[in-house]
Amino acid sequence: MVPENNKPEVCTWFDHPQNIKRLKIGFYIVLALLVLPDFFMHKHTLFSSIEGWPGFYAVFGFISCVAIILISKLLGFALKKKEDYYDC
Amino acid sequence: MIANLHPSLLFFAGALLLWLLPLLGRRILILLVPAAAFAIITQLEPGTYYGYQLFGFDLNLLRVDKLSKAFGYVFTINAFACFLFAQHLKTRYEHTAALAYIGAALGAVFASDLISLYLFWEVMAVTSTFLVLARQTERAYGAAFRYVMVHIFGGLCLLAGIVLQINATGSVAFEGFSLHGLPTYLILLGFLVNAAAPPFSAWLSDAYPEATVTGGIIMTAYTTKTAVYTLIRGFAGWEILMVVGCVMAIYGIIYAILENDMRRILAYSIINQVGFMICGIGIGTAMAISGAVAHAFAHIIYKALLWMSAGSVLYMTGKSKCTDLGGLYKTMPLTLIFGTVVALAISSFPFLSGYTTKPMIIEAGVHEGFFWVWLILEIASAGVFLHAGIKFPYFVFFAKDNGLRPGEPPKHMLLAMAFLSFICIFLGVYPQPLYDILPYAVDFHAYTFGHTLNQFQLLMFSALAFFMLLPLLKRTETISVDTDWFYRKGGRLFVAGCDKFFNGLNNWGAALFFDKIPGLLAKFFADPGANLQKHCVHLLADAVGGETDMKAQEAAIEHRSRFGAYPVGVGVLLAVLCLSVMSFIFFM
Repeated sequence: MVPENNKPEVCTWFDHPQNIKRLKIGFYIVLALLVLPDFFMHKHTLFSSIEGWPGFYAVFGFISCVAIILISKLLGFALKKKEDYYDC
Repeated sequence: MIANLHPSLLFFAGALLLWLLPLLGRRILILLVPAAAFAIITQLEPGTYYGYQLFGFDLNLLRVDKLSKAFGYVFTINAFACFLFAQHLKTRYEHTAALAYIGAALGAVFASDLISLYLFWEVMAVTSTFLVLARQTERAYGAAFRYVMVHIFGGLCLLAGIVLQINATGSVAFEGFSLHGLPTYLILLGFLVNAAAPPFSAWLSDAYPEATVTGGIIMTAYTTKTAVYTLIRGFAGWEILMVVGCVMAIYGIIYAILENDMRRILAYSIINQVGFMICGIGIGTAMAISGAVAHAFAHIIYKALLWMSAGSVLYMTGKSKCTDLGGLYKTMPLTLIFGTVVALAISSFPFLSGYTTKPMIIEAGVHEGFFWVWLILEIASAGVFLHAGIKFPYFVFFAKDNGLRPGEPPKHMLLAMAFLSFICIFLGVYPQPLYDILPYAVDFHAYTFGHTLNQFQLLMFSALAFFMLLPLLKRTETISVDTDWFYRKGGRLFVAGCDKFFNGLNNWGAALFFDKIPGLLAKFFADPGANLQKHCVHLLADAVGGETDMKAQEAAIEHRSRFGAYPVGVGVLLAVLCLSVMSFIFFM
């Protein structure tokens, strides 16, 4: 649908391995910085004192996502069908 | 009078006027209608208007209060953005369906009684079907057919419930239902079908991804959110809705993770998000209801934007499967930016609109001490980031480069996306205008240091989980079986089963009554005397021990029968004599 004379500019920043590496390092630093304040502050808890532990929400988020991915993967064996499943 | 003009009226009038105007006029009209409707809604004074009589009941088409106004605002703002996005469409057909559909949704929101609500409800179902049909593919026709059938089912449940409710209470008013019984359960079922609650949710993920580029965007906002509105109005505080909401929140995530089609991922994400709202309705406190309304408001905006970014990709590449896409950041950077803003907004990333609305629902649950609700909604919050926040942008714009170099979509699409992105950021940074229009005043502060930090931790470590388990999330060219299996495959199996059973019975009966039995009878009556004798001889032979030569006997019987050579004997002579004597005596 794009006319021939209107070739879009191509940006390839994410194709360079060293850029990906930089992103990764930045990401890990952010993760560490996010958990760091937990060691120095008192947290308000809702249901249990476990929530006040340093990095509780980090661990919670990580475990939840791992569980969701694994459960989805398992269910996928039963639920995933070929794309023409309903056509034939 | 202009102050109390019914907003739906503008949309219906616009839908008709569209057929009289040239292209430029149509382009202006579709922007003017939602803008004017928004302006009118801001001026509406609380109360009920547009009374009329039907079936002997006093009905009102326009009920204005904070709840209906809040939905009115977001419906019209979203309509404006959607029509801005759809400026390139030259046909009248789609715009007409869209205008009538949005008008009906507004009508349902402002209706003050069950009968008016039902009428608009059905108009919505029919008009939205045309947005799927407009795609004009074989798959779209099938999906549209299933879509309208499911909605007719839901509509009939609603109608049955309304009739029973009117019969039981004598009132057509649409207020909070307190009576637990068949009438209200049927009404609830009707609403839940439109809210896409499992197991009646498959119509959404079936039909929306098959709709046109712009039709899909428009449909995401109205059907499910009108249902959310009606649930708030009628069923606030019904605890069963907490369960329904939690199931929806998790269900949507799991299916979204399994899916390959980007618009189907986003369709399941709607079910997930509506789950949060329905959970809030089930909690039912002032804060939860306000949270549900606020979340519906924010959700309509960012969901439309998500569908716009997916729609732009589909419009420019003609592809919507993650396995066909990838690497689009190279030529669609602006679409990527809007797509990322909105992906973060739906994940309730701090400083974006999801963060100032969704936690309100969770906090309302915490206030009431519902541990399970808190737990499931927090897990679901992490899961949202997983499927909508990272998976969608990652597989569409990054991941494996499939060599597509489409370029940015047309300017009006970019403008519409920029407009909605602005609202997402605005409501995230300064949510007070939104809080002011909620049905109940809220005392909610999203931006405490601890709360914001927790949210960042939750989301960023979810991202870590995503990238660590990326090999498990590899896209496959598959679809996932949902409850629509029961009417797509199950329906066919039922027909095949009936075919086998009843046609089998028919064939067996035909063989028995038209071939076997007549054949036997024909064989017997061809020579009844001989056959009878043979049978008797066989019986006798069996009884006495079978030493007689059966073959010779049968040959003799057949010979006698064929030539009529029966030994008559003395018995017959005596009988003849006896008869002669009797006749002689008789005539004497």
